[in-house]
Amino acid sequence: MTEILVGRLADVRDGAVVIVSAPDVEIGVFRRGEDFYAYENVCLHQGGPVCEGLVIPKVEDVIAPDRTLQGQRFVVDEMHFVCPWHGYEYKLETGECIGEPGKRLRKFNVVQREGALYVEI
Amino acid sequence: MNVMPTQFRDPSVEEFDTRTLLKQAARQAAKRHYEDFLIVDVDAHHYETESLADIVNYIEDPVLRETARAKGGVYAGAPTLMNNLPGFQDMGGRIGRYSKRMLEKVPAAPPHRDVHLTTRWMDALGVDIVCMFPTPMLLLGLHPNVEIETALAHAYNRWLTEVILPQEPRIKSMLYLPFNDPEATYRTVKQFGGKPGVIGFMVTSARYKAVYHNDYMKTYALLEEMGKPISFHAGYNWNDPSFFQITNRFISVHALGFTFHNMIHLTNWIVNGLPDRFPKLKTIWIESGLAWVPFLMQRLDNEYMMRTSECPSLKKKPSDYIREMYFTTQPMEMVDNRKALEVTFEMLNAETQLLYSSDYPHWDMDLPCVIYDLPFLNERAKLNILGQNAVRLFNLEPRLSPAKLAAQKLRRAKARSTV
Repeated sequence: MTEILVGRLADVRDGAVVIVSAPDVEIGVFRRGEDFYAYENVCLHQGGPVCEGLVIPKVEDVIAPDRTLQGQRFVVDEMHFVCPWHGYEYKLETGECIGEPGKRLRKFNVVQREGALYVEI
Repeated sequence: MNVMPTQFRDPSVEEFDTRTLLKQAARQAAKRHYEDFLIVDVDAHHYETESLADIVNYIEDPVLRETARAKGGVYAGAPTLMNNLPGFQDMGGRIGRYSKRMLEKVPAAPPHRDVHLTTRWMDALGVDIVCMFPTPMLLLGLHPNVEIETALAHAYNRWLTEVILPQEPRIKSMLYLPFNDPEATYRTVKQFGGKPGVIGFMVTSARYKAVYHNDYMKTYALLEEMGKPISFHAGYNWNDPSFFQITNRFISVHALGFTFHNMIHLTNWIVNGLPDRFPKLKTIWIESGLAWVPFLMQRLDNEYMMRTSECPSLKKKPSDYIREMYFTTQPMEMVDNRKALEVTFEMLNAETQLLYSSDYPHWDMDLPCVIYDLPFLNERAKLNILGQNAVRLFNLEPRLSPAKLAAQKLRRAKARSTV
């Protein structure tokens, strides 16, 4: 298994993303609290830099028991990241495409070792 | 365990730069060897409001000019001159370039900032020649004051043809027609039709004027005589009383609005026999996508066969006229519809009538790969749609960009060095 070095844990701020480039692959590494998620930085749509856009919670319609619409809310337990080219949204935890749940980004395993972060490719 | 060396970037501390945003587009262009052929982008945009302080100086009415200048600053005149509508093109900040592009740094030296910004994205996408349009002015046809639309159109057209177009031969335009004033429309064609870089004229479709009105016939005749096409650029009107006031999400307004107005104008154009009155006048339908075209062809043919007496000028079916018109590709509908898309291309005679467009920097822009990667197109059809149809239509000089010529030179040098 080959690893690529991301950097020190402190180099990736909570709520942010860093981009690491190795030959033939570019990977976005997100941090949320003590969890890290890594995806290939290529959107399924037209190949944009999918990891370099906004990180934002899922939006949900608030439907009351009588089935009337009461507004919208952010679901902070489900974070999404958005491709800055066209707005394709993906689940932060899984890389699943929101518009097409069967499709997802190529995901990589993140390893922490001696205060440093690595991605297995 | 092998550990490979890497490069590290933190996007949050980077300054906004179009070339960084589009670096993956540049990789696509290199991988597909776009440097070997011409790409013409028939619909892209700049933000003329960023230059409004300069543009208002070209307003000829002294009272309106001073009223516009009174606001001052970079948005001089905007509240007076521009027609603002609600809309969420940036998707609540999800498309970051809408707000960040104003911060993008360009060299202080000429050419104009708009030329710097435009050629940056052109080179990233692999576009050699662009037809550039304004952005907020796309809704100017809805301005309640016709005199203001006409004054701003004239000022913008003067600024564009005197300042911007002369600075970069790769940038062309189809100039804005103040269509709510037929006489001013005619004067615009007469005054600007021969200017360098002017490849046609454009009507913003979001307006309520009948294209078949007799007041426009002398303009169409003049366009035909000059050999300049007329285009209809889609837009929307969320205040439209017919049904847009009952749409509550921008997706609905955008999806329907950007086809709605063009459907009406195209239908009016055909049923009133304008293609036969002006057989050499080319019409271009811009930024409505393509899915509406088979619908309109089928719908109008079906109705026409039963109501021929209402269209006595027609010598053939509506779809036969539509097949001779031109359409820009963006935003090309591409979700789970490969068969439908292929049929659409056949129906509208895409190989000769379709014109690639990006609509960059807008949120639903399309890269050239949307055409280049289509498996049902042969090489000739791809090159036609990506550039040769536009060369023929606009009589363009098919010149590759300096970036592409440099890429070719580098490739030849590498090939020689490996021999």
